[in-house]
Amino acid sequence: MSAGLHVLGPVDQIPVGEGRAYGVAGEQIAVFRLRDGSLRAVSAVCPHKGGPIADGTIDGDVVMCPLHQHVFELETGCSTTGAGPLRSYPVSTDESQNVVVRLPN
Amino acid sequence: MTALASRSARGAQGDTRRRLVVIGNGMAGARAVEEILARGGAVQHRITMFGDEPYGNYNRIMLSHVLSGEEDAGGIFLNSLDWYRENGITLHAGVRVERIDRFAKLVFSDDGRATPYDVLIIATGSRSFMPPVEGLYTPGGRLLPGVFAFRTIDDTRGMVSYAQQDHRRRAVVIGGGLLGLEAARGLQSHGVDVDVVHSGAHLMNAQMGPDGGAVLRRSVEALGIRVHTSSRTTAILGGDKVRGVQLRDAPDIACDMVVVAAGIRPNVEVAVTSGLPVERAIVVDDHMRVPDEDGIYAVGECVQHRGEVYGLVAPLWEQAAVLADHVTGANPKATYLGSRTATKLKVAGVDVASMGLQAPERDTDEHVVFSEPSRGVFKSIVIRDSKIVGATLLGDSRKVAFLTQAFDRGLPLPEERVSLLFDLGGPGEESGVAELDGDAQVCNCNGVSKQAIADTVRGGCTTLSGVMDATRAGKGCGSCKLLVRQVVEWAADGAVAEDPAAAYYVPGVPLEKAALMAAIRAQGLRSVSAVFAALAPGGTEDAKSKMGLASLLKMMWAGEYIDERDARFVNDRVHANIQRDGTFSVVPQMKGGVTSPEQLRRIADVADKYNIPLVKLTGGQRIDLLGVPKEDLPKVWADLDMPSGYAYGKSFRTVKTCVGQEFCRFGTGDSTKLGIEIESRFQGIESPAKLKLAVSGCPRNCAESLVKDVGVVAVDGGRWEIYVGGAAGAHIRKGDLLATVDNPGTVTLLAGRFMQYYREQANWLERTYSFVPRVGIEHLRAVIVDDAEGIAARLDEAMQRSVDAYADPWAERHDPFTPGQFRTSLPLEVLPQVPVR
Ligand SMILES: Cc1cc2nc3c(=O)[nH]c(=O)nc-3n(C[C@H](O)[C@H](O)[C@H](O)COP(=O)(O)OP(=O)(O)OC[C@H]3O[C@@H](n4cnc5c(N)ncnc54)[C@H](O)[C@@H]3O)c2cc1C
Ligand code: SF4
Ligand code: FES
Repeated sequence: MSAGLHVLGPVDQIPVGEGRAYGVAGEQIAVFRLRDGSLRAVSAVCPHKGGPIADGTIDGDVVMCPLHQHVFELETGCSTTGAGPLRSYPVSTDESQNVVVRLPN
Repeated sequence: MTALASRSARGAQGDTRRRLVVIGNGMAGARAVEEILARGGAVQHRITMFGDEPYGNYNRIMLSHVLSGEEDAGGIFLNSLDWYRENGITLHAGVRVERIDRFAKLVFSDDGRATPYDVLIIATGSRSFMPPVEGLYTPGGRLLPGVFAFRTIDDTRGMVSYAQQDHRRRAVVIGGGLLGLEAARGLQSHGVDVDVVHSGAHLMNAQMGPDGGAVLRRSVEALGIRVHTSSRTTAILGGDKVRGVQLRDAPDIACDMVVVAAGIRPNVEVAVTSGLPVERAIVVDDHMRVPDEDGIYAVGECVQHRGEVYGLVAPLWEQAAVLADHVTGANPKATYLGSRTATKLKVAGVDVASMGLQAPERDTDEHVVFSEPSRGVFKSIVIRDSKIVGATLLGDSRKVAFLTQAFDRGLPLPEERVSLLFDLGGPGEESGVAELDGDAQVCNCNGVSKQAIADTVRGGCTTLSGVMDATRAGKGCGSCKLLVRQVVEWAADGAVAEDPAAAYYVPGVPLEKAALMAAIRAQGLRSVSAVFAALAPGGTEDAKSKMGLASLLKMMWAGEYIDERDARFVNDRVHANIQRDGTFSVVPQMKGGVTSPEQLRRIADVADKYNIPLVKLTGGQRIDLLGVPKEDLPKVWADLDMPSGYAYGKSFRTVKTCVGQEFCRFGTGDSTKLGIEIESRFQGIESPAKLKLAVSGCPRNCAESLVKDVGVVAVDGGRWEIYVGGAAGAHIRKGDLLATVDNPGTVTLLAGRFMQYYREQANWLERTYSFVPRVGIEHLRAVIVDDAEGIAARLDEAMQRSVDAYADPWAERHDPFTPGQFRTSLPLEVLPQVPVR
């Protein structure tokens, strides 16, 4: 895995209010675009039973896994329903409106 | 695969933990294991469990609720199969242990396995006692068809499906104890007429005296259950199946089914065969150990301790804790000294509590009695040396908490004995709860103490539902809910937050459905985000509320609805049903279940081309293509070139049909044609929960119309019956007859009007099988058939607008609605793979 910044392409690949999954240097990351325009990035695999997190339903704070409805905070990845946590990643856009995710060291 | 297998084999060899084997996977066996795990026992033990029922562990107490239909069989499991896996427990479900070799320390089971143990726990429970009654068994030695015991999930399911068959009208329950009364009440809810035959002189004679029994009898008879006391069943009449029962000294009773609830017998065969000490049950000492056998313990209903055998769960919870203390070494001094059993139950809808003596025994015993048969209330308390030694309470359980406590601990009693029975203007009830000790068990099913509830409340959780979720209190048989509420109120010092959210249509918008709809209409809110902005506190979105709001808005605005895709569940975003491995299933439309060679050929070609792992017929007569990755969906649809078959959303799904008049010898109506018409008209209509329909060509009901959300049956004379509110899933219910009409056009009209009314009135995710009994069939008939509220035209018109707004969602294949709509979200390598057959 390579630490540092990764450019994932234009932000408008992600519809407002939804998430999309990306493979980033061997990690599976789900990036969500909230209705206020900001981005969140968490691991794409539900720790409960491997559900596809990017297919989840979100609001301003949480994502709900589509398989068994476990809920995770988008900011921290912590579950509010007793599942294990998702990893969360810093994410932003650059000046050409590309999604940029930072993998930690 | 090979790598995995050899790795786990090595792991097992290197495992130096003691081998703990449990025989019996019922309430006691599983509880003992839970207690052992709670004491860190998994570090010392490799656990293997045998259970001859082919399931994980379930709450047997709840079978009464499953029988009455209040609870789904799936909802009563205490430990799912995952629990066993997560705790590293090997479960052999559906396997019976036949013999123990105490010297070689081996357990032999009927699958031919010999399993070694270091520590053995026997928890084989009991089975129903079958009294010697002629005709109970067929010559082959099986129970006569129509005769049931009441002990297991299988017994209960068997009873339900037998009772649901239309011509099964009358049942006799043998035994008027608590199980018999529960069975009687449960059968009634399937429309069966019930007689209870009881050999004792009064009902529940194990728990109460004749006076209480007489009051109970009145309450039970008021429910429409006939009671025959001092009456013994001498034979089951029939031969090939039940046709009646014969009584001693009384006329025969004709019936279609018999439930035997005449007591229980401990399962001790394994112990007897293996040479363990057995009297009435398996003998154990105060450590729950079988005498003279170091490594063998027993727990639950199969156990005899100091001469006592128990038939309730509370004692086995205490036993399991002591057993676990010894097995794990957590507390080698722990002893079990027997349980004082206090029963508090709801029997056939009547609150019953009983403990200790039923009546005074000595001249010096005081007896305080109050009886009010017309209200079904009876209270009796036996006092000796100013201590409660027995109590019976019927129909009013408000003082139960205090009395149980006083009985258990010999608390001093008030001078004025009558205040034991009633709250006399004093602090009363609350003081009853306040006097309970912290470790007093409030919920027996889940073993939750008063302290645990109080701590949860003090931790900030002040709603009843919140406390129930957090502690599991009240989530077993439910009989303690009142007490749980009292403890919550006491701990919150009166500051119990009512959980208003329970009445909201969706949790994130604080309005009930009618008020929500009115606000949406008044403010012209056409999208989910607009609803949040205008009506949610702080304008905050709420993920849990989105799907329900999207459905409601689409229903209200039809073509004028502003569709925001993020408000939909993934199924509705990609028009397919997500499966456990994150792939989807595709079901092409086949109206009325009719297909053509051309369509079949195309489906076959698509299945080949996309390597569809499983092609399966659904219960609704459609073809399901399972295991399609999301990114293939548009291509699959394009190659199929068929409209969507709606197997995914909360919406109108399919109409199942029989062949009907056109082909069938019996058919009196063209069910296929009508089914196709209905399906064409209402395709894709969203609703609070899924809607499944059927049309049958005659009362033989080959399309199972009586158990559908809307079911139609052709009857003689060109007429059609319309049933609503039926179900045959986890919940089973026969639909109620809404109307009988004389032409197919009226069927379609009334079915549509019913569905629209349901769409407008039902709670989110409330299936018609709950909705119809909630509002009542008479009310529905008045509104829908007789137009008593004058809204029929409006309902028809609203439905027509939804019908007109229909567009085939699979058309999105050519033109994705959002960027990356069909892009995979699957990190394939980590997902569980579905089996490919
Ligand atoms: C309908 C119903 C309602 C009830 N309501 C209440 C109530 O409201 N309150 C209350 O306190 N109690 C109630 N009870 C009683 C309560 O369910 C029992 O006391 C409790 O289940 C006993 O637990 P156990 O583990 O000893 O036996 P069980 O729960 O019967 O478990 C024993 C298990 O061992 C299995 N087994 C037996 N022999 C073998 C073998 N050789 N090999 C492998 N497996 C074997 C059995 O099949 C069974 O699954 C009710 C019981 C019924 C049937
Ligand atoms: S329901 Fe009646 S008409 Fe339809 S297939 Fe069965 S027997 Fe024939
Ligand atoms: S896999 Fe995500 S909640 Fe179960």
